[in-house]
Amino acid sequence: MIDLTKTIDLSTTYLGLKLKNPLVASSSPMCREVGNIRRLEDAGASAIVLHSLFEEQIDIDNEELDRFMTESSDVSAESTSNFPDLLFKVMGPEAYLKHIAKCKQAVQIPIIASLNGTTTGGWVGYAKEMQQAGADALELNIYHIPVDPNVSGEQVEQKYIDLIHAVKNEVTIPVSVKLGPYFSSMANMAKRLDGAGADGLVLFNRFYQPDYDLEALEVVPNLILSNSHELLLRLHWIAVIYGNIQADLALTGGVHSATDVVKSMMAGAKVAMMTSALLKRGITFLDTIATELLVWMGEHEYDSIKQMQGSMSRNAVPQPGAFERANYMKVLSSYAMR
Amino acid sequence: MIDENLVFAHRSRALSPDRPFIRGTAQNPDVYFQAREACNPYYLAAPTIVQNAMDKFAQVAGRQYHLFDYFGAPDAERLIIMMGSGAEVAHETVEAMLAAGEKVGLLKVRLFRPFSVEALVAAIPESVKSVAVLDRTKESGAIGEPLYCDVITAFAEMGVSRKVIGGRYGLSSKEFTPAMVKGVYDELNKVHPKNHFTIGINDDVTHTSLDYDPEFSTEAPGTVRALFYGLGADGTVGANKNSIKIIGEETENFAQGYFVYDSKKSGAITTSHLRFGPKPIRSSYLITKANFVACHQFSFLERIDMLKLAEPGATFLLNSPFDADHVWDQLPRMVQQQIISKKLRFYVINGDDVAKVTGMGGRINTIMQTCFFAISGVLPREEAIAAIKYAIQKTYGKRGDTVVQKNYAAVDASLSHLQEVKVPDKVSSLFDMRPPVPAAAPAFVRDVLAQIIAGNGDDLPVSAMPIDGTFPSATAQWEKRNIALEIPVWDEVLCIQCGKCVLVCPHSVIRAKVYDDSYLGNAPATFKAVPARWKDMKDRKYTLQVAPEDCTGCTLCVEVCPAKSKSEVKHRALNMVPQPPLRESEAANWDFFLSLPETDRKLLSPTQVKDIQLLRPLFEFSGACSGCGETPYIKLVTQLFGDRVMIANATGCTSIYGGNLPTTPYCSNEEGRGPSWSNSLFEDNAEFGLGQRLAVDKQNEYARELVWRLGFQIGEELAQAILNADQKSEQGIFAQRARIAELRAKLAGIDTLEARDLISVADSLVKKSIWIVGGDGWAYDIGYGGLDHVLSTGRNVNVLVLDTEVYSNTGGQASKSTPRGAVAKFAAAGKPAGKKDLALMAMSYGSVYVAKIAMGAGDMHTVKAITEAEAYDGPSLIIAYSHCIAHGYDMAHGMDQQKAAVNSGYWPLFRYNPDLVAQGKNPFQLDSRPASIGLKDYIYNETRYTMLVKSNPEHAQELFKLAEEDVSAKWKLYDYMSHQAGAAVEEVKK
Repeated sequence: MIDLTKTIDLSTTYLGLKLKNPLVASSSPMCREVGNIRRLEDAGASAIVLHSLFEEQIDIDNEELDRFMTESSDVSAESTSNFPDLLFKVMGPEAYLKHIAKCKQAVQIPIIASLNGTTTGGWVGYAKEMQQAGADALELNIYHIPVDPNVSGEQVEQKYIDLIHAVKNEVTIPVSVKLGPYFSSMANMAKRLDGAGADGLVLFNRFYQPDYDLEALEVVPNLILSNSHELLLRLHWIAVIYGNIQADLALTGGVHSATDVVKSMMAGAKVAMMTSALLKRGITFLDTIATELLVWMGEHEYDSIKQMQGSMSRNAVPQPGAFERANYMKVLSSYAMR
Repeated sequence: MIDENLVFAHRSRALSPDRPFIRGTAQNPDVYFQAREACNPYYLAAPTIVQNAMDKFAQVAGRQYHLFDYFGAPDAERLIIMMGSGAEVAHETVEAMLAAGEKVGLLKVRLFRPFSVEALVAAIPESVKSVAVLDRTKESGAIGEPLYCDVITAFAEMGVSRKVIGGRYGLSSKEFTPAMVKGVYDELNKVHPKNHFTIGINDDVTHTSLDYDPEFSTEAPGTVRALFYGLGADGTVGANKNSIKIIGEETENFAQGYFVYDSKKSGAITTSHLRFGPKPIRSSYLITKANFVACHQFSFLERIDMLKLAEPGATFLLNSPFDADHVWDQLPRMVQQQIISKKLRFYVINGDDVAKVTGMGGRINTIMQTCFFAISGVLPREEAIAAIKYAIQKTYGKRGDTVVQKNYAAVDASLSHLQEVKVPDKVSSLFDMRPPVPAAAPAFVRDVLAQIIAGNGDDLPVSAMPIDGTFPSATAQWEKRNIALEIPVWDEVLCIQCGKCVLVCPHSVIRAKVYDDSYLGNAPATFKAVPARWKDMKDRKYTLQVAPEDCTGCTLCVEVCPAKSKSEVKHRALNMVPQPPLRESEAANWDFFLSLPETDRKLLSPTQVKDIQLLRPLFEFSGACSGCGETPYIKLVTQLFGDRVMIANATGCTSIYGGNLPTTPYCSNEEGRGPSWSNSLFEDNAEFGLGQRLAVDKQNEYARELVWRLGFQIGEELAQAILNADQKSEQGIFAQRARIAELRAKLAGIDTLEARDLISVADSLVKKSIWIVGGDGWAYDIGYGGLDHVLSTGRNVNVLVLDTEVYSNTGGQASKSTPRGAVAKFAAAGKPAGKKDLALMAMSYGSVYVAKIAMGAGDMHTVKAITEAEAYDGPSLIIAYSHCIAHGYDMAHGMDQQKAAVNSGYWPLFRYNPDLVAQGKNPFQLDSRPASIGLKDYIYNETRYTMLVKSNPEHAQELFKLAEEDVSAKWKLYDYMSHQAGAAVEEVKK
């Protein structure tokens, strides 16, 4: 029997990091536990993006703590306070930074810290601290939902660009940007981010989409794990962007099988990131995907991952129109004929 | 100071198995007396030992104390002897009187017992002719108070002949001022001074009080005397405490602060009294001549006459939504008048605006503090700002940098918003301060309680006070506090008349009535009424009315309202709207609503929340916290059984909002019936309630005997009906009341001792419902021994434990009810042990009805449990989940948190009814479902848990895991219990 691990090269590079395969665990609450970090490494993850540090959450938590400690004070002469003094200062990013250091000690694979800031000072300050804590790279999780009708798309985009500039000026580790798909010109945006110094683009963020409870008439939090259908949007844009920018591309959202990984690579991604699949089927499923990936590549006589990366990008396919409007019309007409 | 050999000797006397002995033997009459006398040498030696220690202290610290310290003229003729902080007021007064050439002296007692008669006499100048001894206590029935008696005895034993009088002052921290001290010295000038006098009050009954000139003042000219009026919980007190530290530490000034709170927990007013000056401050009395007055809440202006305490030329700082150019006409006439006549410097700042802009939310404390420093000039501005920021860092630093930076920003933004008002020379306002109570209030409320409300309680004479602590109930209705910025407004079209809002309202300010259409003839124009949605009352009208001046604006009613607009879901059948524009019209609507007849209870089902909204609450407008989680349960009890309830109340929040003057929330129905209420000590409330039960039962037993004996005269039929009455239902009780009325009528015509006797106890023939009420600090901790005893007696009492899982009234100390992982005082690192299962302990008797309830999770369950508990002819224990400000979240979500507590499995709902055993059923019924959300989803909404998570996440995680195990283990146990078959089921199996 042939040992495929010896004949097929799964290695890839991402953000200048040499990775043993393209299977990266994406940012999720799973990464809060060092035990899970170890299990991910054991299951074959080549790098791990930690859960995000939310500046806004830290601020809100501190403000609420302050508010409720104060508001319950001086209620009466007998009750001048309702809580004891804090024994220790509340944690800002300290717990997160400690977690980076612990993860670094626990595993050999690269640890990518993830940051969601709200102020320029917060982005830059926390980014520096994450680097000092030992993160191998940084993923800027720009989870920003522009709801203000007075803010133009141009202004939103400029914020992104300014942010990359600011962070890149302060840290020496590679910096990737995790984006949502809602840009008027995705390809142009990718190019501008590339120009601003981003080392990688992670496509796409899955935005939290609240649901309605029709009985209570309430907006309720909704977390639906991704499925393979969501892959297509990512494949589309990675295929379009690939070759037009220097920054590495990472695909996240909808990777649930070895063939999903293959498609990601063929579109032009350097790595395929996963969370939902692992939440659904357990961390060890990563090992299954790695094996199936080898088997698929063996069966289809691929020697290496690098060989297939970008092989079906827009520029590499015979009909680039497949990624354009013409193809959309064809899909619709074929649907009508059914 | 401390001799190490004495410490070692003390330790060597400690109990130890290494050198065993017995201490604390029971002593019999043969030797006990001698043993008591055996320790005499130590008492005799104590004064000398204490004096030696005082001398040693003088060598070390430079301050010399004596057993009795004399201050005053060496040739003083009049002397006051007293002890404690009041002696400093007397010292200040003597200084002023000496300066005026008066021959007065003061003897401060430093060691009271063992009393050294020699040292006392030696400390008094020979020149003294008359002595006044002041005691801060009252020994009812004694010939004099303790210090007075000791001094008299000392003089007699030492052969000293002086005129001595004794008097009482300052009971319960009552004000004691230099004017009063001067009054005592003036009395000593008289040929026949009054003995056993009182000072500081007007005793117009037994005429013990001395007259004095309240205008006499010894305030030093160089002292800054500042008054700050704030809202409890707005941080005013905290900022003032920081100001004292700043001035005390950063300047050469001496500083003093004292903080006065009113008795309300919602909308409480705090008054901070601050003095700073170059000389040591001995003035342990409140400021009455302020040179700086700050009002942190604009609405206080129409409630409190704060400027009466401003001296001419003082500064007045007002947090105002109106700027310097527009504020004048927004002030009540009285305020304008005083600003003009006292020539006050007047400043305004829109502190709320600055707070909003700088991210401080509603917190204005540091903003107002900055303005105080800027105006008062106690420190140079830059220095003051630096000092305030340093204090902010020290106070809030642990709460995170964001909090500190936000406060800094507020400080920086303050001064540019501070404006001086150019004071007009004429009073021009079209309105004045509101009277403390409406003119329609009863005489006692108007004459006595209103004075307390207005802050003039000190001026009430002795004759105004009840002699035995008995006060009328139903007085809270007259205290219109107008503290809600927004009140709920009813959308009558959307409303489904479910009654949930009425049920959860902590202050009984939202009520419903169903009544006949004909009453609407005189309704105010804005009064709302719609057809009632009751099957049997379709032809009648329904109104849901809010008491606008009593509402605290907690929004619990809005949060619980299930009726949402089909076109805009944020609009419900109740919506919060600013109060001021609605105040007058809604107040008129409320008055009209009250004039409508109550819905006939006979038409209602007291087990349905929808019907309960129509039962009149006999507990209303208490001073409990806005959004209180306890009061809805008490209110419900009064709705269901209020006309026959006797409440024994433990000390705690319930006794403060239930019975703290000036006004009382317990009230009566149209027949004049309502809860009786009395407050016992913390440690014996269950016994107190049991005593009420026993007393009522004894009276009932005696009354039954008399009915039996008088059967012939009152008619056998009536006698038998009374003796055999079934009073299990409300209808049965009403029928018995009718019989008792008939009985009374008959007895009135019988002129015998037995008949008169029966009249005096006839009411006990009607069922009384005894409720023993308190919090977890009482039930789980301090009163537990007694509670356990009462539950074991089998007597028919109902115990309602309002479980906030912490000592709420005294500021959040951990109780045995505090859950694992929650932060509380004495559990600052998170409570390491789990919560005591009081319910399980009570269930172990098998004869106690036990229920665990949470209104927010199951309102019907709550009603059912309370009804069953009352109906059970034995002891009942209800443990009610009560959300509390000590949990640290917005109380508007209190009911949601109750639901989360139940849904997470943390607070299972259940009932244990011993009566079911006789029916062959399992007495334990688990009424909630297994956890549908994680424990995290419940507890991490609350500061009591998150403060540990944020400050010590690893420890929090450890405790969380244990807490999760607690929940799951407890659920397994209850689930197991609920699946035990009852006896009958087992029989079927056989």
